[in-house]
Amino acid sequence: MRQLLGRFRYHILVFLAVIGPGFITANVDNDSGGIFTYSAAGAKYGYLPLWTLLPITLVLIIVQEMCSRMGAVTGKGLSDLIREEFGLRMTFFIMTLLVLANMTNVMAEFAGVASSLELFHVSRYISVPLAAIGVWILVVKGNYKSVEKVFLVGCLIYVTYIISGFLVKPDWKEAAIYSVTPKLMLDSGYIYMLIGMVGTTIAPWMQFYLQSAVVEKGITVKDYAASRLEVVVGCIMTDVVAFFIIVACAGAIYSVHPRDIQDAAEAAQGLKPFGKYAFLLFSAGLLNASVFAASILPLSTAYSVCEGLGFEAGVNKRMREAPVFYLLYTLLIVVGAGVILVPGFPLVRMILLSQVLNGVLLPFILIFMIKLINKHDLMGEWTNSPWFNAISWTTVVVMIGLTLALVGISIRGG
Amino acid sequence: MADNLLFFTELVSMPVLDIKGRRIGRVKDAALVPVADAARIDRILVGGGDTWLTVRADQIRSITLGRGIQLCDEQLLPYHDDEYMLRIGRDLLDQQIIDVTGRKVVRVNDVTMHVHHDGQRDILTVFEVDIGLRSIFRRLVQGLLPPAWIRRLQQPIPPNFIRWEFANVLEPDPLRRLRLNISYSKLEDMHPADLADIVEELSPAEREAIFETIDSEVAADALSEIDPKMQASILESLEPEKAADIVEEMAPDEAADALSELQDETSEEILDEMDSAPKSEVRELLEFEEDTAGGMMNTEYVSLHQNALVADALAGLRGNEDLLESLNTLFLIDAEERLTAAIPLARLFLAQPDAKLQSLASDTLIQVNVDESQDRLTELFDKYNLLTLPVVDEDGKLAGVITADDVISVLRQK
Repeated sequence: MRQLLGRFRYHILVFLAVIGPGFITANVDNDSGGIFTYSAAGAKYGYLPLWTLLPITLVLIIVQEMCSRMGAVTGKGLSDLIREEFGLRMTFFIMTLLVLANMTNVMAEFAGVASSLELFHVSRYISVPLAAIGVWILVVKGNYKSVEKVFLVGCLIYVTYIISGFLVKPDWKEAAIYSVTPKLMLDSGYIYMLIGMVGTTIAPWMQFYLQSAVVEKGITVKDYAASRLEVVVGCIMTDVVAFFIIVACAGAIYSVHPRDIQDAAEAAQGLKPFGKYAFLLFSAGLLNASVFAASILPLSTAYSVCEGLGFEAGVNKRMREAPVFYLLYTLLIVVGAGVILVPGFPLVRMILLSQVLNGVLLPFILIFMIKLINKHDLMGEWTNSPWFNAISWTTVVVMIGLTLALVGISIRGG
Repeated sequence: MADNLLFFTELVSMPVLDIKGRRIGRVKDAALVPVADAARIDRILVGGGDTWLTVRADQIRSITLGRGIQLCDEQLLPYHDDEYMLRIGRDLLDQQIIDVTGRKVVRVNDVTMHVHHDGQRDILTVFEVDIGLRSIFRRLVQGLLPPAWIRRLQQPIPPNFIRWEFANVLEPDPLRRLRLNISYSKLEDMHPADLADIVEELSPAEREAIFETIDSEVAADALSEIDPKMQASILESLEPEKAADIVEEMAPDEAADALSELQDETSEEILDEMDSAPKSEVRELLEFEEDTAGGMMNTEYVSLHQNALVADALAGLRGNEDLLESLNTLFLIDAEERLTAAIPLARLFLAQPDAKLQSLASDTLIQVNVDESQDRLTELFDKYNLLTLPVVDEDGKLAGVITADDVISVLRQK
């Protein structure tokens, strides 16, 4: 019995020790763009879109699991593996796209910082530079452990959405019914919204970040069972948050008067009639999500690029040791935050561009992932089983289709 | 003498011409046979028609940039994979290697070779491994522009390379390592802390390979410098006998720390393989909680009877040469092994050989109990400017010592 307890304690310790990569990656998926997508869905269509969360969670788990498995088994980042298996030119091409796509993503995050703080009448000329400097210092002056701790606290702040969801007092019965009842309508707006929700679930950068984080944390095959559990729990938690965002907007906006909203800040405004706290928590969540993603995206980009092209990288290195890493990291923040302060900057078109770039990049990444994970030299006994391959190929094909559809619609609409 | 240099990227796709100057095919790859010669290109693989052909070094007459490879013997054998062959394109390009002089892990972008005419034929030897921006540029544009242009265009970019003899190829498979004549002995001359940094950047399989092959003493020193979690995963991956050899060479406190990170069964397996003397010391240390004085202390100290003379102390030191490097305090104990005094080692130099050690003792004896907390210890080190702090058990018997470097490690981890 004592031995059993001891073993149990060991497993709990292992689980706690691997917490980080999966949670953080999945949570950052709910960045300012993600929150907007879910808010808009809830505001316009109420509880109807809730059923998509179940498949979204599945897709997220399938893709993330492959990344963390590759990280744990090979001890190498995704860009390392792409470089080793597909050569320098392909790596360079992918990294260029990744930098461009993530640059525009970073812009969107700083725009989220600006608009969430403008709800509290803080000028963006104060909020954005402060956020940028804060993010830069956090990573440059911190080390992996401390940075990860800050990020994990960031994950906890997403709870604000769950609370604000409750404060709005939505129709829980309806929410429960529509969570498990697929509802399709031949309405172009509705279909566009569905594609948007699923299409933004998997972004290329997430795969790079997750795998590097798993490696950096020193997770190996031995801890892999715990690590997989962490990824699964992280994905579920993320979609629980998404559920509450949709429910909050459905309860607050849709049930009063269904309408289109322009950004996530407008969704927060819509919560105002339901009390100061619902509004406060929703906006605080948006701020947190934006800052959180704004810290991770530049970091992850700089990491992936340096890994893939063979430059030294890492927050544990000093600036002189890893110049390219710090240069790229700083540049992404400075440009990403800078353009938000330029009056008349075509931000909407940039975000559209980021969607297109992500859409172009994603098929490469996903296909490479499946090819890599099936290489016996690399993965040994940890390659995909045939049925898992069938599932993951289906997922990949569906995701590529949806992402390309999203790109097509965005280009036509914009 | 830049004309004598040939980059691997230039060699690849160079035409190969038979005696009459007709083209046979293009170069696909080049290979060393390290057991024969560490640097000379032994074979060039040519793609002609459906199959690849092997060109032996002695079948080449001349190699000219722009014209191609002229053969002097056209009896070419079809290529088949040879276990003794290190293929530049397949095994070296885009892979990670260790830069022994620069003490870091780098990724190979290109390989610079030397063309040298020995009177009869051109001989190709590997000269440098290229890393950094210049070689990235060269690889990206190779094939798009004429080689001569590329050579001119790359001039302004500073070169970054490692001499071939200081490049250590990584190969996890022991059999292949033997066939390719790869050894990690060059790593043994490195400072253990540098070796530890390198190892931390590698994948688990490569890590295991290094620890499996290098000298146990070097391995122990390097392992002591590695993060405890990774220590555990390395020890687990090794055969228990090899792990035991390494753990025996470690300082007992560090050995105990490393083993305490392992699952009980694994650490038992390793302990079983150890010699009895170090084993019992490590076992005793394993009994203590990690964050107490007992868990931090080591048993590498010199103690003498309280009536001993300076001459006895010198004789005692002669028997403990291996401790000298970090020793700075001697301890006096009474007949019941209870600690009575501490003597700064330097005082011995100025004392007469027949002086009593007791007369050299520090005024106040600062000591702690085995269950004292870490926080209190660091406080004591700070307050009394200690280098070594003796630890006693419940009966006042000397159990071990904590040295300043242990405290620094604890503080760094916070």
